[in-house]
Amino acid sequence: MARKLLLEHINVPGINTLDVYRQKGGYRAVEKALKTLTPDEVVEEVKKSGLRGRGGAGFPTGMKWSFLAKPEGVARYLVCNADESEPGTFKDRYLMTHIPHALIEGMIVSSFALGAKTSYIYVRGEMMPQIRILEKAIAEAKAAGWLGKNILGSGYDLELYVQPGGGAYICGEETALLESLEGKRGNPRIKPPFPAIAGLYGCPTVVNNVESIAAVVPIINDGGDEYAKIGIGRSTGTKLISASGNLVRPGVYEIELGLPVEEFIYSDEWCGGIANGKRLKATVAGGSSVPVLPANLTLKLANGDPRLMSYESLSEGGFATGTMMGSGGFIAFDEDQCMVRNTWNFSRFYHHESCGQCSPCREGTGWMEKVLHRLEYGHGKMSDIDLLVDVSKKIEGNTICPLGDAAAWPVASAIRHFRDEFEWHVKEPVKSLDTNYGLANYADPIAKAVTTEN
Amino acid sequence: MSDKVKVTIDGITVEVAPGTSILNAARQIGGDIVPPAMCYYSKLEGSGGKCRTCIVKVSKGSEKDPRPMPKLVASCRTAVMDGMEVMNITSPEVIEARSGVVEMLLINHPLDCPVCDQAGECDLQNLGYEHGLQKTRYEFERRTFERIDIGDKIQLHMNRCILCYRCVFTADQITNKRVHGILNRGDHSEISTYIQTAVDNDFSGNVIDVCPVGALTDKTFRFKNRVWFTKPIDAHRDCPTCSGKVTLWYKGEDVLRVTGRKDIYGEVAEFICNTCRFDKKKTADWVIEHPTHISDTSVIASNHYETLKPLPVIQPNLKLQEANRIELEKTTKF
Repeated sequence: MARKLLLEHINVPGINTLDVYRQKGGYRAVEKALKTLTPDEVVEEVKKSGLRGRGGAGFPTGMKWSFLAKPEGVARYLVCNADESEPGTFKDRYLMTHIPHALIEGMIVSSFALGAKTSYIYVRGEMMPQIRILEKAIAEAKAAGWLGKNILGSGYDLELYVQPGGGAYICGEETALLESLEGKRGNPRIKPPFPAIAGLYGCPTVVNNVESIAAVVPIINDGGDEYAKIGIGRSTGTKLISASGNLVRPGVYEIELGLPVEEFIYSDEWCGGIANGKRLKATVAGGSSVPVLPANLTLKLANGDPRLMSYESLSEGGFATGTMMGSGGFIAFDEDQCMVRNTWNFSRFYHHESCGQCSPCREGTGWMEKVLHRLEYGHGKMSDIDLLVDVSKKIEGNTICPLGDAAAWPVASAIRHFRDEFEWHVKEPVKSLDTNYGLANYADPIAKAVTTEN
Repeated sequence: MSDKVKVTIDGITVEVAPGTSILNAARQIGGDIVPPAMCYYSKLEGSGGKCRTCIVKVSKGSEKDPRPMPKLVASCRTAVMDGMEVMNITSPEVIEARSGVVEMLLINHPLDCPVCDQAGECDLQNLGYEHGLQKTRYEFERRTFERIDIGDKIQLHMNRCILCYRCVFTADQITNKRVHGILNRGDHSEISTYIQTAVDNDFSGNVIDVCPVGALTDKTFRFKNRVWFTKPIDAHRDCPTCSGKVTLWYKGEDVLRVTGRKDIYGEVAEFICNTCRFDKKKTADWVIEHPTHISDTSVIASNHYETLKPLPVIQPNLKLQEANRIELEKTTKF
């Protein structure tokens, strides 16, 4: 059985209450940090742990913390990004619903490390139940003296607030989140300055994902070195994976990074294989923004080695044959799923969620969606496929925030790997309406010498 | 250490104050190497970064950190560093990305220049002429909105809008109360007054001047005349609310409209009040100064040549030619 750090006590009845959470060893990290460690030592532990941001970009959390500017007399803020809206990702919601105190404990330790006296949890507007759960948990923690003035007699004050968002995907982008938190329209800011220099209300701010903050708790409890022993290479620790799609057992799993993808999909301990005895056609490994991969490249690297669930292994081969860890939204597609339809669906999402601030993303996402809609519904042309590639290239890298890239990558990668299927949709406009292209050769083992890169 | 930093743009080096944006450094050099800007407006704080037409390649970050920047950057919002090297028109990557942005700006634009009041002095028209494609690749219905009147003097034609946010910044920064803003998001976002509140403010007319396209037009001038048939004259009056320095646009004896004085980048020198703009339309109201200088390349300059010599088709810029000798001597062009 794999080691669990975040979800160890998930099945204990009443773990969402402070008493049960405390019985199971909760808030030990707060005691340890506030009583025995200095803020810099906490940062040092997190650095040693090698924890990487769990929200998508995978930036080392300790490094991010050490970049925080610390001018005299200026408030610093920690903001928890709980605006989880990536299609395919639902790990933060699960964590907040069932163990809200894990997040609050992490927030206290992290705020202490950063010297923040006020911290916010920005929760997506649709997650009303979770907002209530968190508010209740904060009230419990405050009543028990874990929050407020002079926590544990250490002289450290912290106020923790939950802020509901309006339910926009773009507010998961850290600067848009800060704008929204300030009460403005959630448009991403132009960087630099980065939030570590001028974030919330112009003060130095750190924005971290829910899971990153919750992972600080085991790091402090067991020490950064101990945490770094889990995982593989620079991908340390455990990661929550939201598995969905045509799997026998979809759900949230905590894995040790470095688990082979094949084992994750087919082992009975994890997802238990593809549902209804079908075969795997493709996967999206890290939420809708990352490139989609056909089954053969999902399970094996281009050189034939097994692909592992780790930041490095998933991105092995660049965009030609690889994908990204992203936020861990693992979506599996069986042989009866239509990749054109899926690409259209993703692109429809990005069209809807683009903030409309910068032109390539505002106009380009809509354009791609319309072209894909046409392909899916049998009005496509052969030239549309190259048009999509071209439009996605024009968006990628030319926008203010990464939403443009996130909209371009799934389209570009779907065409890169599933071009046959797109062409089939053009050639068989009627047939493609009620049948699917099927598995084709997407699960065939990769021939040895197809290393296209040089 | 001197308090000036050196930046090289397309091979031409210029010394500018620290904190200057790449775009403003390029404007100090002037000429062809200035990146086009649709949303940046030097008089409006916080503007820029949105339209992405001014993107440039930073091939050397600075003297201290010579790594190139990984992505193309918006020159209007990126500050120069000492020793920075920037490529604008000498980088094929930039030219391609810019034409991509222009294409995006135009796919939902109605292209109704023949009936648009802005035609002839439209930034988007110039941009499309320079970087746009001959033919559109967009085969869908363009998005449309109803025209709305914001106030009795200004009409908003949202179809033409490129969402540069300039008018929002203008209302925020030079008027007391902003009543219009961006509604919705993505490609259905629009500039609006929400409940059709009339924009009623002494300086509200400036949103017309800052609009780079024909989305916000002067209702007192709508369909009166084509801009290239009118003659711009600089004039001033003693105005209690603003500087009173304006450009009058004459057709024969009549003043058809009054605008702020615009520089070669289409930015007004000083914002003017609504009284000057909308109500003072008689020659007697004004002290005439001289004909406005209009760039030879502008359509407004047709039949208003300042020199008798025929104009060279391409302005010879020796500095630019010298700095890019290798690029220009190449036999194939990108």
